[in-house]
Amino acid sequence: MNMIEVDHVSVTYILGDIKELSLKEFFIRKLHGEVITKEFKALDDITFHVKKGELLGIIGSNGSGKSTILKVLSNIMPASAGTVKVNGVVAPLLELTAGFDDEMTVKENVYLRGALLGYTKKFIEDKYDEIIDFAEIRDFEDVAFRKLSSGMKSKIAFSLASFVKPDILILDEVLSVGDISFKAKSEQRMKELFDSGVTTILVSHAIEQIREMCTKVLWLEKGHMRGYGETQQMCDEYEAYMRGEHA
Amino acid sequence: MNIFINKIKQYQFMFSELVKRDFNKRYKRSVLGILWSMIAPLFQLLVMSFVFDRVFGDTMEHYTIYMFAGQLMFNYFREATDNGMQSITSNSGIITKVNAPKYLFLISKIMAASINFLLTLVIFFIFVIAYRITITWKFIFVIFPIICLFVLIVGTGLILSALFVFFKDIQYLYDIFTLALMYFTAIFYDVKIFEGSIVAKLIYLNPVFVYIDYLREIVLHNTIPAFSYHLYCIFYALFILRIGMWMYKKYNYMFLYYI
Repeated sequence: MNMIEVDHVSVTYILGDIKELSLKEFFIRKLHGEVITKEFKALDDITFHVKKGELLGIIGSNGSGKSTILKVLSNIMPASAGTVKVNGVVAPLLELTAGFDDEMTVKENVYLRGALLGYTKKFIEDKYDEIIDFAEIRDFEDVAFRKLSSGMKSKIAFSLASFVKPDILILDEVLSVGDISFKAKSEQRMKELFDSGVTTILVSHAIEQIREMCTKVLWLEKGHMRGYGETQQMCDEYEAYMRGEHA
Repeated sequence: MNIFINKIKQYQFMFSELVKRDFNKRYKRSVLGILWSMIAPLFQLLVMSFVFDRVFGDTMEHYTIYMFAGQLMFNYFREATDNGMQSITSNSGIITKVNAPKYLFLISKIMAASINFLLTLVIFFIFVIAYRITITWKFIFVIFPIICLFVLIVGTGLILSALFVFFKDIQYLYDIFTLALMYFTAIFYDVKIFEGSIVAKLIYLNPVFVYIDYLREIVLHNTIPAFSYHLYCIFYALFILRIGMWMYKKYNYMFLYYI
């Protein structure tokens, strides 16, 4: 069964004047017919299907459209053309600390971010201790979030996000965080998640990770599909391309 | 169907967490913070009634209440729409990473201002009682202009937050607009001074004034306005809401490309 069907998807951004204009200028120029808009195709005619339980890796150099395709799949950004079909509950983990508020306490943040992740109130109440203990920040529960070190922030953010139970998991380089011991723990947690039969889409620059985990790879370059297929072959081609690019 | 109900439940929780956040942020989680936000308008009221009581006080009974009613409603409108304007941009970190309806962020900001309004409303009624105005069953109708005002604020917020994504200078233009609107709201003067002139009619084009007028009718004259006046109130609220929803619907997908 196909969990994700992406057919001929394009995303067009609008660039040019309109982004920097003030309202006053906009009207004046509009009257003179001088508003210049440029379009930029962040994604151009992308097609791929992902079956249940598959782990699709997306690779490509910076600005190739990797994050954009994840936003389209997460229903955060609409596609300008083409169709996206997603069967099941999607958990987009694009940025672990999105939605955390600096002024609020760790405990309040767990509820706020939990709500944004799609957890129910009851779920957070039940799992609260587990979340805090996994992140090893029991002593900092009532401390303002901004006072935590960046390591602690990413630990609590990871811990909270790792309780998702989606059909489709969407990851943007958020596999493991923290110090060595926490890294091992978080990797273990991710493995458990993958083994539970979830369908995953993963964006990463760590090619070794992609080789090890992914069942298929999509290679994007400047918004175009450069390749789509078997993991090792795609990674070899990508690495050869990147070496050529920087030679 | 089940999925739909779950979605609503989910958003309800998300919404209540957002309101909590916005409220705490505004008042720095202190009683003093809430107190301060009420002292400022009360002080403004004190100064204005001291000055204008000389001018209008002789011709009008309960002039302070008259002015308080106007100030209460107008400040609510200005504050809530002002906050609402930036709701999309100030939550951009969430909106670009989490799939949630964007209007939740707007309404959450408006709710934080509404709580402040309700507290000031309590003080208003303490004033009403202190001025020995008899409270009758008709006072229940006070809720009507308040609901209309809330709908108007949501509509205005939808328009402003959408515009603010594209044009940052709308902030300053709106400041000028609200200043002009304030003078067209008859907060401290009586509309009667314009009687017969076109200005008196123009003032009724201002929905905020229309709602204030309704509130004053009840509190100061113990009369429920005519049925047609209710339709008039509802028309304004729904008209602005409709424009706001249209703008939101038409442009909301573009927000992401801009923030």
